[in-house]
Amino acid sequence: MSFDTPPSTGCRDAPVLRERGQHEVFCGLTGIIWLHRKMQDAFFLVVGSRTCAHLLQSAAGVMIFAEPRFGTAILEETDLAGLADAQVELEREVGRLIARRPDIRQLFLVGSCPSEVIKLDLARAAERLSLQHAPHVRVLNYSGSGIETTFTQGEDACLASMVPSLPATDARQLMLVGALPDVVEDQARDLLAQMGITSVAILPARRADDPLSVGPNTVFALLQPFLGDTLAALERRGARHIPAPFPFGAEGTTGWLRAVADEFGVDDATFERVTAAPRARATRAVAQAAESLRGKSIFFFPDSQLEIPLARFLTRECGMRAVEVGAPFLHKHILGPDLDLLEAGPQLTEGQDVERQLDRCRAAQPDLTVCGLGLANPLEAEGLATKWAIELVFTPVHFYEQAGDLAGLFSRPMRRRAALKLGAAS
Amino acid sequence: MKLTLWTYEGPPHVGAMRVATAMKGLHYVLHAPQGDTYADLLFTMIERRNHRPPVTYTTFQARDLGADTANLFKTACQAAYDRFQPEAMIVGASCTAELIQDDPGGMAEMMGLPVPVIALELPSYQRKENFGADETFFQITRALAKPAEKTAHVSCNLIGPTALGFRHRDDITELTGMLADMGIAVNVCAPYGASPSDITRLGAAHFNVLMYPETGESACRWMERELGLPFTKTVPIGVGATRDFIREVSTLANVPQAMDEERLRLPWYSASVDSTYLTGKRVFIFGDGTHAAAAARIARNEMGFEVVGLGCYNREMARPIRSLAKEYGLTALITDDYLEVEAAIEAAAPEMILGTQMERMIGKRLGIPCAVISAPVHVQDFPARYSPQMGIEGANVIFDTWVHPLVMGLEEHLLHMFRDDFEFHDAAGASHHGGQHTAKAPAESPAPTDTPAKTSDVVVWLADAERELKKIPFFVRGKARRNTEIFASQKGLNEIGIDTLYEAKAHYAR
Repeated sequence: MSFDTPPSTGCRDAPVLRERGQHEVFCGLTGIIWLHRKMQDAFFLVVGSRTCAHLLQSAAGVMIFAEPRFGTAILEETDLAGLADAQVELEREVGRLIARRPDIRQLFLVGSCPSEVIKLDLARAAERLSLQHAPHVRVLNYSGSGIETTFTQGEDACLASMVPSLPATDARQLMLVGALPDVVEDQARDLLAQMGITSVAILPARRADDPLSVGPNTVFALLQPFLGDTLAALERRGARHIPAPFPFGAEGTTGWLRAVADEFGVDDATFERVTAAPRARATRAVAQAAESLRGKSIFFFPDSQLEIPLARFLTRECGMRAVEVGAPFLHKHILGPDLDLLEAGPQLTEGQDVERQLDRCRAAQPDLTVCGLGLANPLEAEGLATKWAIELVFTPVHFYEQAGDLAGLFSRPMRRRAALKLGAAS
Repeated sequence: MKLTLWTYEGPPHVGAMRVATAMKGLHYVLHAPQGDTYADLLFTMIERRNHRPPVTYTTFQARDLGADTANLFKTACQAAYDRFQPEAMIVGASCTAELIQDDPGGMAEMMGLPVPVIALELPSYQRKENFGADETFFQITRALAKPAEKTAHVSCNLIGPTALGFRHRDDITELTGMLADMGIAVNVCAPYGASPSDITRLGAAHFNVLMYPETGESACRWMERELGLPFTKTVPIGVGATRDFIREVSTLANVPQAMDEERLRLPWYSASVDSTYLTGKRVFIFGDGTHAAAAARIARNEMGFEVVGLGCYNREMARPIRSLAKEYGLTALITDDYLEVEAAIEAAAPEMILGTQMERMIGKRLGIPCAVISAPVHVQDFPARYSPQMGIEGANVIFDTWVHPLVMGLEEHLLHMFRDDFEFHDAAGASHHGGQHTAKAPAESPAPTDTPAKTSDVVVWLADAERELKKIPFFVRGKARRNTEIFASQKGLNEIGIDTLYEAKAHYAR
């Protein structure tokens, strides 16, 4: 199928199976694992329980042991008794933390399930702490609790919390939204610069001092599909969203760049000159990795919220067939361009009842299953090849130069199964 | 409120999961918000289990809070029973569900499920993982175990091994073999591998072997009281402890002592001349109470090390570890604050750490070799090969594991002789370890000898002494620095020169 031809019937209006049951997904706190690496002078202080601390430690690949720029203020029995106390206790712990880490310029107080349930007012705490530690440290707050956020939504909540305090500007600029590895971010800037788009800001900035502002002449493009609250927050500041497919694979990257280029009036010849070579490279790299994927079926458990754009990439560029595409939630406005490109056919699901979904997966016997870490080994043991979804948010996979790597993430489990020969020689 | 960067133990419901996951035919319904399912990956990824833990999470969300989380629990509980048809169920709350006070135990009881339903009360804001495992297994035992006719042949139960335990899988195999050598059968091993119906048969054993006090002691005490089952007090980790254990078992079971000395290599390996270099190595020991105590005895009596630090992270074991530390002339370090442990290790400047995966990272940062002796576990602590800690093979495994991080005997001497060799210098580390070749840094230009080089609290190192110190191989440098400083302060000196260094060396010569 040519990339330029969208399918006659896309998935924008396809029926969605909505499920309510056990969700086998991380909560939003998990985003801290990559956010603290991206923002090098930020510290993430979760106000929560021992479970929160244990989750971060376990999800951090068990374990990153450089002194991390995240920690948990663990609530104890005494904090639960009186709320006034908890504010004082928090101020004390933050004071100690800032004294210990003078390199910290931004501190995020991150709400958790227990802090939300006891209604600990972290917004007020952040305000008071900001006054105490200004101008050296800025204190913000957001919730990464499991009762409100799913996995990558934690990044959304974090970025959204930064928007209201951004300085205002009237300058015409492009803002890219989403935390990507520095190398990928640089590639994107470079492609845009070659097209003459040089006034580019990125949220989140790498450091607190990096200039970043927003206003009515700001247009923004999302780099990740899970940034709905951030989108709304930016719109409230007068900025305008550029709808686009997400920059996964040659087609997604081209579509994303095209949408941005159109906004800035880049002519076709320039666009072609800038994108032709990397686009051809990406197509070649994807084709190589996709050899073992062509004609194979794939089943997505809901996890990172990248499922729809990835299904679009894997079906259109790698020749796979999607059986079921589950997402924690379907933000149709953001995912619209990708849904249009995804050919009707796969069952779309939103939310989860993991037991029922496992039943469907076992019945479908897909060639590859994309799922979280809790399900991967059990499914492998049942004979199903899996790709753990968390790698998709930890690995550089966006834009042309990573398109081959992205396909490779999916083909590696298939190649590995083919490579292992454990029987007696025949 | 307490700031925590890394934790040694998870919350208590993870302890309950360790019990549930170890068992068969038991299902755990956990009232918990979305996200608490992360705990599944501890078992499927770290332990590489090929099944999901038998846990159903209710996954309540913010919008359920005002509405009907209780009904959500009942639905999940019924669905779990219908789907998995367990022999028994345990029900409880995670930290967040504890706050909304839905009383899962009471609700489950009202549902009239046709199998025993055991309610767990695990206070998340006071207690931790080991308590959760111990309490859960105790509640299961109390609910299901009944007095039973003793087995005709002498038998025992193995009590305490759980999922995600440090080498529990292999310790079970080793002990089962050792007990068989004495003619004792294993009646039930629990929780690891036991079903609820096995739990009802616990009383048929003649005595209990308490493998891990952290996770099995409450159940053993209850069985001693209610079922008349005595239990062993010695944890057979190390040669001496294994001999004590065999004597204890022989008394309890009234059978002759027997031990397959053929397989036991630690004593000879430790006596053989290559091990001379182990003498007096200064080791810092930290882990759970049981493994730390066992390691201290092995370190001093079986390896000939000097124990310079001893502690545990589980407060439940504070008392025995404090009194043990006193025997070793030490003050025990009882803390679950990782930064405190790091500071204590840095201050003690040991030549090796025997610790957990956390101390392994501390060792990496401080440049001190480390062998892992205890949970919390890492995927590396589930080796494919047979690798117990207990009994005869356990002692052999421990010898190998503890010696591995060190520079070996002859190599140590070669490093002394050829310490200026460009490939064979301090920073290159032990030759049997992988890793990158580190080129030797160019020699520093000599500074005037009267400049103070390094100041510690009371004494000043003169530059020439500091340079001389650098000529000593890295694995003894910490000890030399520390001994020299102690010597200097005892002599009332406030400066250390080359002479002081060698005076101290002579003073401490052994």
